[in-house]
Amino acid sequence: MIQLRYFASLRESLGIGDEQVELPENVSDLPALTQWLQQRGESWENALADQRLHVAVNQQIVPADSRIADGDEIAWFPPVTGG
Amino acid sequence: MIRVQTVDFNPADELEQLRSVNNGKAGAMVSFTGLVRDLNEGDNITQLTLEHYPGMTEKALAKIETQANAQWELTATLIIHRVGPLQPNDNIVLVVAASMHRKQAFAACEFMIDTLKTSAPFWKKESLQNSDRWLAPG
Repeated sequence: MIQLRYFASLRESLGIGDEQVELPENVSDLPALTQWLQQRGESWENALADQRLHVAVNQQIVPADSRIADGDEIAWFPPVTGG
Repeated sequence: MIRVQTVDFNPADELEQLRSVNNGKAGAMVSFTGLVRDLNEGDNITQLTLEHYPGMTEKALAKIETQANAQWELTATLIIHRVGPLQPNDNIVLVVAASMHRKQAFAACEFMIDTLKTSAPFWKKESLQNSDRWLAPG
């Protein structure tokens, strides 16, 4: 299983904040995972196509082409605006 | 020390607490307090809601403290950031750097708030009279 998390405006666009899914057999990196999620429908296709999104794997920001493995926690979020 | 919390904090109490355990080591404490404004981009703000990433946010703040302590000689650092719904004039964030000398304390405090703003996972959503909007980085 992998844990997926979506934050802020992305969470609202997708209508979901977190979920657990089985890692699909042919998915071993972030681009493949994103593509797999985008097959869920137009709102997923559009929301995850936003080039401004950051991706964190196991709570560390990583490059968009990073590899993923079973058990990972993967989060997508827009640029941060705290402080 | 870092804290992420929904409840308010009192900047004066936090500074006094740091001073009381300082034992004379620091000669300067510099603090920054961020507040909720009632006006942004010409619109009246009725509420500001702060979202965070539990776990990652705390790690990001701890890393900022570690970086500040590596770069300057500090005797104490403190970062408190609130989350959840806030009203105009509420406290959002408190950053404190204590050091033997003021220049180090000023520099470290500015570094910590600037780095927090660009790297710690927090997101602000403004509520206006009849609508909500997520803020873009300024």
